[in-house]
Amino acid sequence: MSVDPANLAAILAMAVATWFTRVGGLWLFRVVRLTPRSQAALDALPVAVLTAVIAPSLARGGAADLCAAIVTLLAATRLPLLPVVVIGVVSAVLLRNLMP
Amino acid sequence: MAEPDKPAIAGSSGWAEFRAGAVAVLPAAIAVIPFALLLGALAARKGLSPLEVGLMSGLVFAGSSQLVAVDIWQEPAPWLLLGLTALTINLRHLMMSASLSRHLGGFGGFQRIFGMLCLADEIWALAERRAAQGRLHPAYYAGLAFLLYANWLIWTVAGAIVGPAVQDPAAWGFDFAFTAIFLGLIVAFWRGRGTALVMARLAVPSPRLARRRCWAVPGT
Repeated sequence: MSVDPANLAAILAMAVATWFTRVGGLWLFRVVRLTPRSQAALDALPVAVLTAVIAPSLARGGAADLCAAIVTLLAATRLPLLPVVVIGVVSAVLLRNLMP
Repeated sequence: MAEPDKPAIAGSSGWAEFRAGAVAVLPAAIAVIPFALLLGALAARKGLSPLEVGLMSGLVFAGSSQLVAVDIWQEPAPWLLLGLTALTINLRHLMMSASLSRHLGGFGGFQRIFGMLCLADEIWALAERRAAQGRLHPAYYAGLAFLLYANWLIWTVAGAIVGPAVQDPAAWGFDFAFTAIFLGLIVAFWRGRGTALVMARLAVPSPRLARRRCWAVPGT
């Protein structure tokens, strides 16, 4: 088992680039002043990012995935995350097989 | 709006916080296993050794950028292209750490930097949820990060060792696990009509909604 120098260089380049994006946010607000408006925008960020992440995959998934998403949302209103994920995956598998 | 002094959760010790964090991230850790195995197997097919896969997972720890990187991996590895690819795909972490930095009041200087180096989408979302419920304890964050990190490292290396035996997770419906996790977290973040407006703005880009200048102000 060995480490190729070119592979190591590529892994380090990826690591440094990723570290920059992760630590950079800590300094962002020392440079940019936080107004109540930008504060409110940041409060909306979690839902915004989560929606942006799932919307394309749901759009690609078709009717079966959309129905599974509704089942998942209903489950999420009353159950913790782990059962929600199990219900979501099971309903996605069933609906993908049942719906054309 | 300054960050108010939020009361700590009653009777919470460091160990209890750590355990609570690990339990919270468990669904994401389980859901990621098929993809970690797949990544390791794909990397092995491109000629990366299990040790190199472990180094990449341990140092980069960013699933989607690793999958794309392995996809464009060549012999010899194009380090500049791979570095820029990781930068582009992970640029969203800049906004995540900026947003999270407002809730790191209880963290020491080293804890802040080390904590952000372990950032991942799921860790960030769960840490934001914790901060919205009360106070984000460093031990809770450590519980989130430790379990997901160790889990990712172990299963990507396992994928590189097992190699060809790994099947496509989408064939088993595991790809929906991430959608389910993120849907569950959206429900946790739900704060009424304003939230719906943010989602509508992002999921359905309509000119009428785009003209509303205040779409990003939920429940404030």
